[in-house]
Amino acid sequence: MKRLCAAIGAALSLGGCEAAPLGYLGPAGPAARVLASLGWGLLIISAVVCLIVLALLIFAMARRRPPEDSTLGGGNDRAAIRWIIGGAGFSTLVLLGAAIWTLWAAQTVTNASTPAGLTIDVTGHQWWWEARYQSDDRSREFTTADELVIPVGVPVQVNLRSNDVIHTFWVPRLAGKTDTIPGVTNRTRIQADKPGIYRGQCSEYCGLEHAHMAFFVVAVARDRFNAWWDRQLQAATYEPSNQGQQVFLDKCAACHAVRGLSAGGILGPDLSHFGSRKTIGAGALENTPENLAYWIDHTQIVKPGAKMPSLDLPSDQVKSVVDYLERLK
Amino acid sequence: MAMPFAESPPARERDRLLETWETAPGLYGWLATVDHKRIGIRYMCTAFFFLIAGGVEALAMRVQLAEANLHLISPDAYAQLFSMHAITMIFLYALPVLSGFSNFLWPLLLGSRDMAFPRVNALSYWVYLCAGVFFYAGVPLGRAPNAGWFSFVPLTSKPYNPGLNIDVFTLGIIFLGISTVVGSANFVVTLLRCRAPGMSVNRLPILVWGTLTASVANLFAVPAVSLACFMLWLDRHFSTNFFTVSGGGQTLLWQHLFWAFGHPWVYALVLPAMGIVSDALPVFCRRPLVGYTLVAISTVATMLIGFGVWVHHMFATGLPVVALSFFSAASFVIAIPSAIAVFAWIATIWTGRPRFDTPFLFFAGFVLLFVIGGVSGFMTASVALDWQLTQTYFIVAHIHYVLLGMNVFPVVGGIYYWFPKFTGRILDERLGKWTFWVMFVGFNLAFFPMHIVGLIGMPRRVYTYPAGMGFDGYNLASSIGAFIFAFGTLLLLINIVRSLQSGERAGPNPWDAPTLEWSTPSPPPPYNFLAIPIVASRHPLWEDRLKETDERSVLASGVFLDEGKKTLGVTALDAEADAVISMPGDSLLPVILALAISLVFAGMLVTNWWAVGLGAAVVLITLFLWTTPVVASGPEREEVRG
Repeated sequence: MKRLCAAIGAALSLGGCEAAPLGYLGPAGPAARVLASLGWGLLIISAVVCLIVLALLIFAMARRRPPEDSTLGGGNDRAAIRWIIGGAGFSTLVLLGAAIWTLWAAQTVTNASTPAGLTIDVTGHQWWWEARYQSDDRSREFTTADELVIPVGVPVQVNLRSNDVIHTFWVPRLAGKTDTIPGVTNRTRIQADKPGIYRGQCSEYCGLEHAHMAFFVVAVARDRFNAWWDRQLQAATYEPSNQGQQVFLDKCAACHAVRGLSAGGILGPDLSHFGSRKTIGAGALENTPENLAYWIDHTQIVKPGAKMPSLDLPSDQVKSVVDYLERLK
Repeated sequence: MAMPFAESPPARERDRLLETWETAPGLYGWLATVDHKRIGIRYMCTAFFFLIAGGVEALAMRVQLAEANLHLISPDAYAQLFSMHAITMIFLYALPVLSGFSNFLWPLLLGSRDMAFPRVNALSYWVYLCAGVFFYAGVPLGRAPNAGWFSFVPLTSKPYNPGLNIDVFTLGIIFLGISTVVGSANFVVTLLRCRAPGMSVNRLPILVWGTLTASVANLFAVPAVSLACFMLWLDRHFSTNFFTVSGGGQTLLWQHLFWAFGHPWVYALVLPAMGIVSDALPVFCRRPLVGYTLVAISTVATMLIGFGVWVHHMFATGLPVVALSFFSAASFVIAIPSAIAVFAWIATIWTGRPRFDTPFLFFAGFVLLFVIGGVSGFMTASVALDWQLTQTYFIVAHIHYVLLGMNVFPVVGGIYYWFPKFTGRILDERLGKWTFWVMFVGFNLAFFPMHIVGLIGMPRRVYTYPAGMGFDGYNLASSIGAFIFAFGTLLLLINIVRSLQSGERAGPNPWDAPTLEWSTPSPPPPYNFLAIPIVASRHPLWEDRLKETDERSVLASGVFLDEGKKTLGVTALDAEADAVISMPGDSLLPVILALAISLVFAGMLVTNWWAVGLGAAVVLITLFLWTTPVVASGPEREEVRG
């Protein structure tokens, strides 16, 4: 059965991770795995039900009948009612089974009895994601954006809040959806079995640029994760002779923060280690120097409606600030 | 007053009835008519007009989504497109078109001369039309609703959406709600009072059950959304804090109020359509519906359970799992009555002798689409699986199989079936079969791939999507399918226009159908029945052949009631005649009242309180005139003798 599922899945690219970065029927973590088996199960039941009804319909229409007489049909209604009793009875059993499976799956996925190995506070913004890594040692906490690095095999608790409107935190291959709702803190858990990059996506309509509100969960081995965390804590140093940094402080710092500088803007994503991120503008563009330069000049073309204005900087300033940001690894 | 009981309809009575019931000619008559048949046709034509508008919006979106990273439509325009598409299809097409069918058909199915409140009937149409215009007035200005048909707060609160867009939404929904509520009340009272003697509840056509159930549901559901919209309007204009967190409000309150309306409403959109199939499919199978009682009960049961499932739209909101599990289980249970209906239809085809006319094709196609839309609903009913499915294109596929498969297909089948009754002419069969196949193929090509892109994670309401996600091919297929479906709709319109001019003329009963409406000429005269019939079974026109009972319905003779505009009132369950009800004649009050209400809402939209006050004053004066008793030539109620 599993092999059959995999074959159908591959044909429809439902399960493959390369073909479908958001394909939740190809799970990569324990919660998503429970949901994916449930999904395959209910999908197969559904397909079988449709095929049965299709077959019944075709046969009901095409079956041979005794030669025409002028009276209206009908005959024994009681026999015909057996159809209904049988059909509805069978459906009830299937529904009951599906309900039990569902409740078991819901219970399993939300079970938080094992302690989480890491807690991240994620806040949805129009249209990007803020992430604050929690630590017992306050000095080791830090903020980043649009990319969550997590250790492989560790349950990660995500506390979800919203800065403005309702968004939905969704990493399909790791777990189901949970809304970020103003005034409420929701919780969910993600866990990755294997190192890899898992795409996430806001899935509640949240305004103009809902389409460009992606993020990435990067799962790495524990030691690499620790090294990454240590590097995140490194602050930038003030370099008066660095033209890019000066442009950044002059033009960008009102909205964006880089730790260590007098750049504490909170309206836009924290850019402390921007150079290490995969994308620009919450998945709008791949993070390359050319794209970043284009983004700075044409924000409102790439992501019309985004809160960041197109800056209209002279080209030498664009070049220097791009160089600077891309070096913030 | 005399109650003539004659064997053959005398010409004098016929003339007198025609004189009393016929709408006045000219513009005055056009504005003042209260004839349920004309109102029904108007409802259907207006709903089809909106269907085309919504369809054009859909095609624009399908062009934008045909490939990855297209930028033909700005995000702002796209937001208004998907919002108006849904509002149009759900609010301005799907329910009104069914109201049109029921308006035209109810008195004919029930053996009455009109609806219980003919002027309310006209009012409900005029308010619907004005509310539709109200919704669309913002479109040319770029001020149409832009946060989807469920307009979640706080995206729709003033700080995040300062324009008029959301005010058009909140006020438009309240405005349209007036039409729905008065229309529903009229259906309920009509059922209770205005039937032919002997049309007891166990003889009602299933379409009547469907519309009745939906109407009762509307009376309970619509106030929830009207209230929510009014609260949001207050939040936006008077800084109340029903939904603002900083003022102690609750974001999720909106979702509860909206879905407490929204889910029952979805059933209100399909139950009458299922009724169309339950009544008309058996005609083409040459036998009565299998399991009438079970189907009638399941109709009512669906609606009752339908009020207990709204949280399945909120599975991802972080509510406690125990609460979600309850709603998940209820959502599974609601599939059981639907299964009963499906097997009743299949058994009817199986044990009947199907005749493959165009209406039959639409109804049989509907059964399959109903099941596909049903099983995708079954998957989303599962709280755990829905954490993945919700807000993806899987839901878009589901809702379109529900709303197109379960509403548009029965409606188009119903148009082919009742067109002779509506117009006196038969739609062309050959073009009809083409219409079905083009629509069926186009529909499935457009919407089936949406299941798959949903399963590979494409979120709803995105104006574009990146390449490399596996979405491209399926979206292109959907876009092509959408255009094929649109072409099918065009074929339907061509058929209607052509057949209106040159279609074959229909006799009273071209399909040899069993119900009362087919005992009247096609199209029926303004007074419907020359003599109000006396009904003895569920299939008055098939009695001689079915031999279900020894009694026979009386159709050619009966109560004439030809002195003044009158119809019979009956008891609620057994339909025993117990009153003669005077009916109002042509009246301009409904259209004036609708225009005055429009002025109130337009004033509220632009916050011009003078306009609101003027409109309210006209509303009050009109209502006063409306309720002032007209001194009738005879007493209002009179015991029926004989």
